[in-house]
Amino acid sequence: MNIDYAEKIPNNVDLASNKTLQRALEHWQPEFLHWWDDMGPEGTSRTEIYLRTAVSVDPKGWAHFDYVRMPEYRWGIFLAPGEAERKVNFGAHKGEPAWQEVPGEYRSNLRRLIVTQGDTEPASVEQQRHLGLTCPSLYDLRNLFQVNVEEGRHLWAMVYLLQAYFGRDGREEAEALLERRSGDPDNPRILGAFNEPTPDWLSFFMFTYFTDRDGKYQLCSLAESGFDPLARTCRFMLTEEAHHMFVGESGISRVIQRTCEVMTTHKIDDPAKIRSLGAIDLPTIQRYLNFHFSVTMDLFGADVSSNAATFYSTGLKGRFDETKIEDDHLLTTASYPVLEVRDGILASVQAPALNALNEKLRDDYIRDAASGVERWNKVIEKAGVAFRLRVPHKAFHRRIGPLAAANIDPEGNVVSTEQWTANVERWLPSDTDRAFVASLMGRVVERGKFANWIAPPARGINNQAADFEYVRFN
Amino acid sequence: MDVKAVVSRAEPLRQHLIDPEICIRCNTCEETCPSKAVSHDSRNYVVDATLCNYCNDCISPCPTGAIDNWRMVDKARPYTLTEQLAWDSLPPETPVDAGPTAELPAHIAEITAVASEGQGGTVLAPWSAAHPYVNLYTMQKPAVATVSGNYQLTAEDASCDIRHIVLDFGGVPMPVLEGQTIGIVPPGVGSEGRPHPVRLYSVASPRDGERPHYNNVSLTVKRVTEDHEGRPVRGIASNYLCDLNKGDRVNVVGPYGGTFLMPNHPGSSLFMVCTGTGSAPMRAMTERRRRRIALKEGGELMLFFGARCEAELPYFGPLMKLPKDFIDINFAFSRVPGKVKQYVQDRIRERSADVVRLLNDQNCYVYICGLKGMEQGVDEAFRVACREQGEDWGTLLPALRAQGRYHVETY
Repeated sequence: MNIDYAEKIPNNVDLASNKTLQRALEHWQPEFLHWWDDMGPEGTSRTEIYLRTAVSVDPKGWAHFDYVRMPEYRWGIFLAPGEAERKVNFGAHKGEPAWQEVPGEYRSNLRRLIVTQGDTEPASVEQQRHLGLTCPSLYDLRNLFQVNVEEGRHLWAMVYLLQAYFGRDGREEAEALLERRSGDPDNPRILGAFNEPTPDWLSFFMFTYFTDRDGKYQLCSLAESGFDPLARTCRFMLTEEAHHMFVGESGISRVIQRTCEVMTTHKIDDPAKIRSLGAIDLPTIQRYLNFHFSVTMDLFGADVSSNAATFYSTGLKGRFDETKIEDDHLLTTASYPVLEVRDGILASVQAPALNALNEKLRDDYIRDAASGVERWNKVIEKAGVAFRLRVPHKAFHRRIGPLAAANIDPEGNVVSTEQWTANVERWLPSDTDRAFVASLMGRVVERGKFANWIAPPARGINNQAADFEYVRFN
Repeated sequence: MDVKAVVSRAEPLRQHLIDPEICIRCNTCEETCPSKAVSHDSRNYVVDATLCNYCNDCISPCPTGAIDNWRMVDKARPYTLTEQLAWDSLPPETPVDAGPTAELPAHIAEITAVASEGQGGTVLAPWSAAHPYVNLYTMQKPAVATVSGNYQLTAEDASCDIRHIVLDFGGVPMPVLEGQTIGIVPPGVGSEGRPHPVRLYSVASPRDGERPHYNNVSLTVKRVTEDHEGRPVRGIASNYLCDLNKGDRVNVVGPYGGTFLMPNHPGSSLFMVCTGTGSAPMRAMTERRRRRIALKEGGELMLFFGARCEAELPYFGPLMKLPKDFIDINFAFSRVPGKVKQYVQDRIRERSADVVRLLNDQNCYVYICGLKGMEQGVDEAFRVACREQGEDWGTLLPALRAQGRYHVETY
C-alpha cells in the first residue's frame, strides 16, 4: 500500500502524524472499498456525479461541488471545531471537563453507542443500492448518490472513533460494520428499520424524510456527549444529515405536487383514476407515510429503558438540545409521561424521566416530523385539493416495547386483531399498493426530464438549473 | 429624452431572508451563523436584519437553497422577525429581488449620478411624493413591452425628429411615477460583440398610463444623428426606438429614479425648466395635474421650455391648448429666423418677480431637465432673478435642496 492518506482522506484530525491510526485505516480502507463495490450503488463505478465533498469543516470548505466517480470519493474524517473548556453537561459527571479519551468504566457502553449509530450508515447504502436503476431524473439520481456517499462518510466517521479510541475491540467492530448486511437473516444490521427493503423511490423519500430524521435526533443527542470526539464528530455529521432530510422532504413534496396537478387538471379525486394517469394517489402516500413513521418510531427504542438512563446519567448520550433545556440535567427526581395499554385503552402514565429518555427523544422527533407533514399539506392546500396528510399516532404499528403487544390504529385506538386485519390495508401499504408504485418506477436519465409521477424541483443543486447534467454516464 | 437620478430617498438594504416554502428546518444555518442572526420558532427559520453581517457562511451548508434569498427594502423598515415568523412564503417576488444582483446595476448608477450632478449631490424627494418602485426588471430579466404607437412630434420640415412612443406592458406590472426613467435595451451586439448599453428615458406619461387606466407608458425620443459637438453619429437606442412599428416588442429594464418625483399634496406648485426632450417628465407631471383639474387641489404650474423653434418643440400643440390659469408657459426659441436668440434663462430673468415668489414658496418644487449645457445658464438666471428681487440665491439654493425642492437631470 502506498497511498497518501492525508491527501486521499481529507481530515482535520492530523491523520498524517498518527501512525497507529494510519495503519488501522490502511487495513480498513481496502475493505471498505471492497464493501462499496459489493454493496454500494449498483453499476456506477465509472459514473461521474456532481457531488458535494467536504474538504474542511469551515462553512466555505465543506461544500465543494465537482464531478466525482463514487469509488474515488474522498471520504474524509472531520470533527466540528472543538470548544475550549467544554464540560460534560449532564448526568453524574456534570461540570467536569469533557473527556478527550474514553473513560475506562464506560468503554463498552460508548462502543455500543458508536457501533449502533455506525451500523445504520452502511445499512442504508445497502438498502438503496438498486434505486439508481429506477431513478425519476438525473437530479434525483444525483441526490441519491450524494446521500449514499455521505452515509459512507458517516461510516468513516464512526470507524475513525472506533479505531482511534477503542484499540483492538474498535478495529474488530469496524470490520464487523462491513460484514453485516441489511436484510440478511444470518447477519442482519442491528436495527430493524435498517433491514427493511427500500424497493422504490417513494419508499426512499419516506425513508430519508422519516428515518434519516431519526438519525438527526440520535446525532443531536450524541453531539451532547461528554466524550468530546464523539460530540464533535456527530455535530459535523448533522450538517450532512440535513441534505438527506431535504431529499426526503422535497421528494415527497414533489410527488404530492405532481399528484395534485393531475387531480386538478383532470378534475378527479378517485385514486383509481389518478393511478391510471400515472400519479400516486394521496391515500397511498398516506399509507407509505404511516409505514415509515411507525417503523421509525421503533428506532427510538423501548419507551422505558434502563439503558437510556445509564447512557444519560453516565454522560454518554444527552437529550436533544440538552444545553438549551433549563433543568437540573440530572433527572433524578423528574418524571415523564409514557403510554401503556390499560383497560383496553391507551393511557398516559408517569415514568421516571431518566428511564423515559427514549420517549422524550421520540416526542421531540414527532414534533419535527409532523411540522414537515404540515408543509406537505400546504402544497395540497395551495393546489386546492381537499385532503390532509397526517402522522399516525405514535403507538400505531409498533414492533418494539410494550406497545408492540397491542393492535393500535392510526388514531391511537386499541383495536382487536379482527379489526386490525380488516383495516390494515387502509392503514399500511398493501402488496397492491407496492406493486402499483413499483410499476411507475421507470428509469429517466434524459437531461431535464422527470418521471411522470414527480414534479421537477423548485431549485437545482448548488444553484444549478433543474436540467443540469447532474450525472454523466461513461 | 433624459437620464434620471436613481438615488432612493430611503436608504436601501439588501435583506437576507429564508424561503419558508423550501426550507426544511434542519437548523444548519442557525448552527453555522457566527453572528447569531438566525433563529427559529416551531414554524419558521428567520434572519435578524440587524445582526446579519453578510458573511454568507450559511449559504453553502444550506441543503435546500432556501437561505439564499434577498429582498431590497427600506433600511429603516426591514422585515421584522415577527413578520418573517408568520410567513408561509416569501413576500411577492420581483425579479430583481431574487438574487444577489439586487443592487442598482453599476452602469445605471453611473449614468444617473452624472445626470443629477447639477443639483449638487443627493437630494430628497418631495415629502409628499408617492413611493417609487425601482429596479423591478433587469438585463437578465427584462420586461417585454409592445409598441402601441409611434408618433412624430416634430413637423415634417423640422431639422430633427422627435417621437412620442407608447409602450404597452400588457399583464406585466410596470408601476412608474412621473419623473422616473425606464431603460431600453437595444437588441443585438455592438462592434466588440458585447450587448449594446442600456439607454435611460424619462417617461412622458403620468402614473395611470398614457391612456388612463391602461398599463402603458410613453417616451419622448429624439433621433440622435449627431453628437454634442455636431459630428454625425447614429444613436443606437434612439434610432432603434424611432424606427419601431406598432406591435414590435421591446425589452425594458427599470424603473429607476427615487427623487425626481412630483409632490402630491394639494396646493403644491411645480416650477419646470426644460429643453427639447427634457420636456418628457414635465409633460408627465403636467398631464398628471391636468387629469386632476376637476379636483381643484390648488397650486401653480410654471413652465420654461426651450427649443430651437416651434416646429421642434415637442408637445407644442397640446401645451397651447392648456388653460392659462392652469399653467404659466414661457417658451424660448433659439433659432427662429429674423428673431433674437432666446434661451430659457432669458425668460426666467424676465419673469424674476414670479420666479422668486415661487422659489420662496415652501410648496413649490423645482425641476430642471435637458441638455447639460443649460445647467449653468439656469443657475445664473436664478442668481440674477434673486438679486433683482433682493434675495440671495446662494442661501436659497441650499434650503431648496434640503427641503427636497430642487431636482436637476441633465445629459
